[in-house]
Amino acid sequence: MTPRRKRLLAVLGILVGVGAAAALATLAFEDNLLYFYNPSQVLAGDAPEGRTFRIGGMVTQGSLKRTDGTLEVRFVVTDYQHSIPVRYEGLLPDLFREGQGMIAHGRMGEGGEFVADEVLAKHDENYMPPEVAESLHDPQPARVSE
Amino acid sequence: MIPELGHFALILALLLSTSQSAFSFGGAARGNAAWMAAGRSAVVGQFVFVAVAFGALAWSFVQQDFSVLYVASNSHSELPVFFRVAAVWGAHEGSLLLWSLCLAGWTLAVTAASGSLDAPFRSRVLGFLGLISIGFQLFMLATSNPFTRLMPAAAEGRDLNPLLQDFALVVHPPILYLGYVGFSVAFAFACATLLEGRLDAAWARWTRPWTLAAWLFLTIGIALGSWWAYYELGWGGWWFWDAVENASFMPWLAGTALIHSLAVTEKRGLFKSWTLLLAVSAFSLSLLGTFLVRSGVLISVHAFATDPERGIYILGFLTVVIGGALLMYAWRAPRLKSEAGFEATSRESFMLFNNALLVTALSLILLGTLYPLFMDALELGKVSVGPPYFNLVFLVPMLPLLVLLGIGMHAAWKRGLLGTMRTRLFAVAGASIGASVIIGAAAYGEVRPMTTIGFALAVWVMLSSLLVPFARLRGRQPLPAAVLGMVVAHFGIGLTTLGITGVQSFKVEKDFALGIGDGATIAGYEFKFAALRDVRGPNYVGVEADVVVSRGGEAVTVLKPQKRLYNSGGNALSEAGIEVGAARDLFAALGDDLGQGRWSFRLQYKPLIRFIWLGAILVAFGGLLAALDRRYRQRVTARLDERAASVA
Repeated sequence: MTPRRKRLLAVLGILVGVGAAAALATLAFEDNLLYFYNPSQVLAGDAPEGRTFRIGGMVTQGSLKRTDGTLEVRFVVTDYQHSIPVRYEGLLPDLFREGQGMIAHGRMGEGGEFVADEVLAKHDENYMPPEVAESLHDPQPARVSE
Repeated sequence: MIPELGHFALILALLLSTSQSAFSFGGAARGNAAWMAAGRSAVVGQFVFVAVAFGALAWSFVQQDFSVLYVASNSHSELPVFFRVAAVWGAHEGSLLLWSLCLAGWTLAVTAASGSLDAPFRSRVLGFLGLISIGFQLFMLATSNPFTRLMPAAAEGRDLNPLLQDFALVVHPPILYLGYVGFSVAFAFACATLLEGRLDAAWARWTRPWTLAAWLFLTIGIALGSWWAYYELGWGGWWFWDAVENASFMPWLAGTALIHSLAVTEKRGLFKSWTLLLAVSAFSLSLLGTFLVRSGVLISVHAFATDPERGIYILGFLTVVIGGALLMYAWRAPRLKSEAGFEATSRESFMLFNNALLVTALSLILLGTLYPLFMDALELGKVSVGPPYFNLVFLVPMLPLLVLLGIGMHAAWKRGLLGTMRTRLFAVAGASIGASVIIGAAAYGEVRPMTTIGFALAVWVMLSSLLVPFARLRGRQPLPAAVLGMVVAHFGIGLTTLGITGVQSFKVEKDFALGIGDGATIAGYEFKFAALRDVRGPNYVGVEADVVVSRGGEAVTVLKPQKRLYNSGGNALSEAGIEVGAARDLFAALGDDLGQGRWSFRLQYKPLIRFIWLGAILVAFGGLLAALDRRYRQRVTARLDERAASVA
């Protein structure tokens, strides 16, 4: 093999490799991109129907209700303009509390209720998930003092 | 007073980093030995003053000096002393100081061990390390000073995040940082080489043990993080493809590729410019990781907006370091010609594939990690990339990598595969597939395609690794530490693969609502909620459940999961109850009081999960063995011999 042909082969190899990687990435991106919406956007119809997405906001004070003795829990998430009820079955994270920020992963169910399959309350030192902090309409998101 | 001393020490350290850089570069350029010596003295001074600054901050924490803003934000009067020290690196400012201390330590080690290097080259390496120090120390002093006072002093601290009040998280950041920062040595070596425009086998031999050392710390750091997430985050996952995890995993992948590529550069004088590029990438990814994790941009680019000074500094610093290194690369790399060719089945080709596959996985993970940032910055909506993306883009390159790994270890440099080895490898491959089917069928009663592939690859990698010492001893060939290290590390990769396959294929995770006396069965184990009691710790109160586990009527263990409420801020935290076993872990986490005397529980069965971390420990140990190979110390020993001879 001449050096020229060798180089040609190497370039071809790299092209094929990069092409395969790009194809793989595109394939993997499909269905695995999760969009984030606040309750106002969901009510405005921005959120996709029949697809999972993430919803975030504050858990309304006094809205947390359990069906006694079961894992089912309901609460209301708000961005201080609009609110959406959420239903979830399972363990809530340690940091989940009324009056604080949360993000849920799931899809819209019947009757305008968001059915969550995962609830996150991961947050920074200021007790607020950043996405939630930005999506709130209140200019001063409630900070939890210690 | 002490915090002011710390602040002052930090300023002195910055001045010394500056002189370290200036004297080293100046001395190297002018051939002035006195200047170069001054540069080395500055290294020692810099280390001392960074250590003083670090000590001052630790002292402020131990003494509970709540007039220091950083202490007040991350400590609490009830926090045990052990965690007060760990709180030093619990947040942004202190972790930067830890970073700087690690860098000063590595620089000192390089200075001490590099006496046999060509003097101007050695000075240039120290010069580049000094530049990085300047960047970090300036960043701290300008935007993130850990010694800033709080006026008036706080009466009580805000406490360290309860999640961080844990042994693994105390040791995780320092070890991880030793790894991150350790790549700065390979980076500085690469930059100095590019500056001088020549690269020989001695360069690669010199860089290898340093790269291995950094990489083994990073390996342990990542494994510790995964282990911590498993038992402390409460829900039993061991890897989430979280941006923070990816930030530490990407430099690891680059470092792994670099170790292999360095071997080729040393032995065969090939892949020269590629090796340099990897050295630059590994450190760039470490920098990116440090900043992304600590500055909060990963979750939201607008975190920059709340603190534009930091954001702009970080972007500027990254641009200067990465951009500068790449510019030098573009300028000098064409000079570095590789010296020889190789055959398609030689070890060189296997290393080439190793690198191509690792870099592919790395790039796709980088894409998935940064994609949400781009979308956010371009106002295209807030997205997150789910774990299935990462699973797919990681798995696809890793499968062929593991297959090739088993063969590549036995390939000779330059020439093709030897005949006898071929027969043995075919036998090993057959045995692996057989073993995989047997494990699946006998232990778990199921044979599934992906599981079979996973187990087969795990056994293949392990057996094929063991074949190396076997063949060497039979052929009466020596087994140097570097080869043994490779065998141990690759065997560890096989073990980790075994663990991952086992957990992902056969784990059971379920949530239950249980009253006292109720039971639930998963994977053949009966879990019974037997009792509930109050517990009290130094800075928390809580409840503890007794979960009695039995199998087929025979008692197995009692799990004691806790739900804690920390006195400061009222943070809740679940402490899982875990029964550790080689074959499986049994896991119970206690949730909330559901009313009617019932509590929520998450019960889990995790087969083979321990092998994930056991494998990682072996990988790191293999790295250690290889780093300690005599070959890397030969020149130093030779010099000592000379000295001894001259004394005699």
